[in-house]
Amino acid sequence: MHELSLAQSIVEIATSHARAEGSGRVTKVFLKIGALAHVDPGALTFAFDAVSAGTLAEGAEVIIERGAAKAFCVPCGLTIEVATHADVCPHCGVHQWMLTEGDEMRVTELEVE
Amino acid sequence: MQVEQDLLAKNDRIAAVNRARLDATHTLAVNLMSSPGSGKTTLLCRTLELLKGQTPLAVVEGDQQTSFDADRIRATGVPAHQVNTGAVCHLDASMLLGSFELQAPPEGGILFIENVGNLVCPAGFDLGEHKKVVVVSVTEGEDKPLKYPYMFAKADLVLVNKVDLLPHLDFDLERLMGYLAQIRPEATVLKVSARSGEGMESWLAWLGEARSAIA
Repeated sequence: MHELSLAQSIVEIATSHARAEGSGRVTKVFLKIGALAHVDPGALTFAFDAVSAGTLAEGAEVIIERGAAKAFCVPCGLTIEVATHADVCPHCGVHQWMLTEGDEMRVTELEVE
Repeated sequence: MQVEQDLLAKNDRIAAVNRARLDATHTLAVNLMSSPGSGKTTLLCRTLELLKGQTPLAVVEGDQQTSFDADRIRATGVPAHQVNTGAVCHLDASMLLGSFELQAPPEGGILFIENVGNLVCPAGFDLGEHKKVVVVSVTEGEDKPLKYPYMFAKADLVLVNKVDLLPHLDFDLERLMGYLAQIRPEATVLKVSARSGEGMESWLAWLGEARSAIA
């Protein structure tokens, strides 16, 4: 349940921006979570509700956008799409790729009032 | 409002501080991770017995509760600092930074960080270590790399522990090797037994190479 630590980080990011804007409350939190990010979106939302209680972010709606995971296949020199760590390259059938996109976990946007 | 802020940004900033701190004293930091019961602490004690006197050593122990593991390490004569994470299931970079205030990294030596026994959560947090070592024992399933890919996908070295028990088990070593190659072909894999001492010399040689790479 490392989602608790990550949710804590979302609350810190959201409340510090809200305070800087002089806002009373965070109403929406937009997240981008890559397909191979090491987090469960359901558990993250659950943890956010728990750790945001009593903060400016309490009750905020969490909206998660999932991004595809892309990798560079070393033998082919091509960018491929991967869904799991065990995937092989669809062109050469080899597992020798480096993730280029898809492990991100970011707060992209906030709505405050 | 647009924000674009990484959830791990704070952890990664502190991890960079830790790495700079370790580099300044030429200390190799090794993050040991595994499921509970893989024999990490026994393997570490055996490693310390073999290295002490030749290499400056220290250990940071991560557990949710108790100082049992730090006590076992100290019994070898090597200094150990116990971090109790409470409800938290992993070490993070700020916990390691906090440990430096109480126990300085051993200059020119090796700092072993024994993470909380958990094959899931510790994979998500950079501590500022130089190497990630995953221990998997032959009394576990061969399919661990496929079940916990996030952990194995980041390993620099996989230590297959308790190989002295292989004659008594149905464990299929080739299957494990195949799964590891599927998840992390770049990782070095070494077979060891903390109990019999088998494979310990290759593990020490690997540590020696890692040390010269940062010196």
